[in-house]
Amino acid sequence: MARSRGTRVPVLPGETVLRLDGVHQVYGSGDAAVHALRGIDLTVTTGEYIAIMGPSGSGKSTLMNILGCLDVASHGSYTLAGHDVAEMTENELARVRNQEIGFVFQSFNLIQRMTAQANVELPLIYGGVARAERARRASESLDRVGLSARAGHEPVELSGGQQQRVAIARALVTDPTLILADEPTGNLDSRSTDDILSILDELAAAGRTIVLITHEDEVAKRAHRVLTVADGLVVHDSAAVAA
Amino acid sequence: MSPLELLRSALRGITANKLRSILTLLGVMIGVGAVILLLAVGNGSAQSIRDSISSLGTNTLTVRASGGGGFGGGAAATSTSEKQITAQTATTLESAHLGHVAAVVPQVSTSLTVSSTAASEDGVSIIGTTSGYFAVGTTAVASGEAFTDDDTASAQKVAVIGSTLATELFPTGSALGQTVQVDGTPFTIVGILKQQSSTGFTDANSVLVAPITRVQRSFTGFGSVSTLTVEATDSDSVDAAAGEIEIMLDQLLGQTADDESYTISNASDLLETQEESANTFTVLLGAVAAISLLVGGIGVTNVMLVTVTERTREIGIRKALGARRRAILGQFLTEAAALTLLGGVLGVAAALIGSRFEINGTQPIILGYSIPLALGVSVAIGVFFGSYPAARAANLRPIQALRSV
Repeated sequence: MARSRGTRVPVLPGETVLRLDGVHQVYGSGDAAVHALRGIDLTVTTGEYIAIMGPSGSGKSTLMNILGCLDVASHGSYTLAGHDVAEMTENELARVRNQEIGFVFQSFNLIQRMTAQANVELPLIYGGVARAERARRASESLDRVGLSARAGHEPVELSGGQQQRVAIARALVTDPTLILADEPTGNLDSRSTDDILSILDELAAAGRTIVLITHEDEVAKRAHRVLTVADGLVVHDSAAVAA
Repeated sequence: MSPLELLRSALRGITANKLRSILTLLGVMIGVGAVILLLAVGNGSAQSIRDSISSLGTNTLTVRASGGGGFGGGAAATSTSEKQITAQTATTLESAHLGHVAAVVPQVSTSLTVSSTAASEDGVSIIGTTSGYFAVGTTAVASGEAFTDDDTASAQKVAVIGSTLATELFPTGSALGQTVQVDGTPFTIVGILKQQSSTGFTDANSVLVAPITRVQRSFTGFGSVSTLTVEATDSDSVDAAAGEIEIMLDQLLGQTADDESYTISNASDLLETQEESANTFTVLLGAVAAISLLVGGIGVTNVMLVTVTERTREIGIRKALGARRRAILGQFLTEAAALTLLGGVLGVAAALIGSRFEINGTQPIILGYSIPLALGVSVAIGVFFGSYPAARAANLRPIQALRSV
């Protein structure tokens, strides 16, 4: 069952949140094999705000899926918050997605016909959190993205920017180790984009670890560290350059 | 997820596409309703047969000439030495003072036209018998009186008629004391039989009962009688009485147990056979209804498969948020079971309403166990027929599910 909040070991600043070692991802086999990732090494420490950039087909989505435990790498090791993900069963992966990762998707991915409040509560339901506690934390989370007033609305009644804020509230509600944002502003107008990026800035300032995938320089500029991926390899790492 | 949350999400799923849910639900409703109602119809007809068994009286036996009776000439030609059961046989049996036999009543029967000045009835069954006929079984006289032993001895032209025949021949007034013509012979009506429930294809109330001597003299001739009705001393002695009658008859007719020209049947045997066939009928009806329930169940699978396909993305999102296989499985199973349970409840309601009406002459009687059974089966159908689509949903890989539009 889910770990209770009280006994959770805090991840201290500067501590390693995730670590990839020689990660390869191969789809298909033989002549038809596609090498999406060809050996990625990456270490992310607490409080980092990283943008992963690259053209389409560069492997950044594959990387995102592996980081998010939605997919398991063909070769190489992936450690997230001290767990060796490669060794995990499906249920353990589900638990890691629930407890350690908060997803923000390009297409928001809210569940239709469920209120904003219910959408935000969903990860807590799967985490086995009691009803009253769930409602309290979801309200808190919605408040944080400035959407308390719209808690009772369904996704169709919200603008794109508002939907993405609900999605961020949903990502935050479990207090995850890592926030994974996949092109979070890809479907938004410039005003909403600013909105969302400011929220991410605030979260980063509050010490959240954020990995953001984007192909827009404007967006990447907000991050502390920029990683460029091409042909399944990291071709540029601003942290390495700085160091 | 707690059961309440599962249920809430199931209801959300069901109301998401109302028309589709209602149509699926209708299939289950018809199936469940048909099972309950058709079992009730079968049960109702079995019950009416049971009622007529008890009205028939349980302490009578019928001795009937087997085979030979119908084609007497041929039988007589092949076994000339064979003696027949006659009115005299009845008298002999009765005067033998057998321990378990209270009365032996001979009957001859034929079918003739009976007419009054007002009307004429074809194919009325004419029964020639003795006065004992009215004491045995349930054939009682309602008004007037039965003919007497003296009437039988002197072959009087008197008759007791059934209630239907009485009203048809004498639509305006009482039939008592009136004269009817039976194939040209006038009979005076001295009594009218009590109304009886019909068990076979013939109307038990369209009958004319007259002294056996008169019927034999005028219509059937003094040959064998068609049946002997034997009354046992009480209902527990029926089998003993049958044994005694058999031994006596074998002696009288010079036959052995292996080669008898007659059969003895308990009067309720026939009806028990009918009840058995009614039960078979019930099972058959239930089976037909069960097939419609099965078809309804397949409809559930179909709709759940569509639902899972439509909601692949939702499943992907739920998995990304940490839903385990079991949570997804539970969600879709609950949805299917809630759908079929709802259909089941409506089916029960429909059956309860339907059972208030008489169906093809039978008043349906709902079998107590059929309601919880049908509801249980409808939930089981939801779980069974929903399990394949639900497993498909639960086994989706999160990235594939998320990629779907």
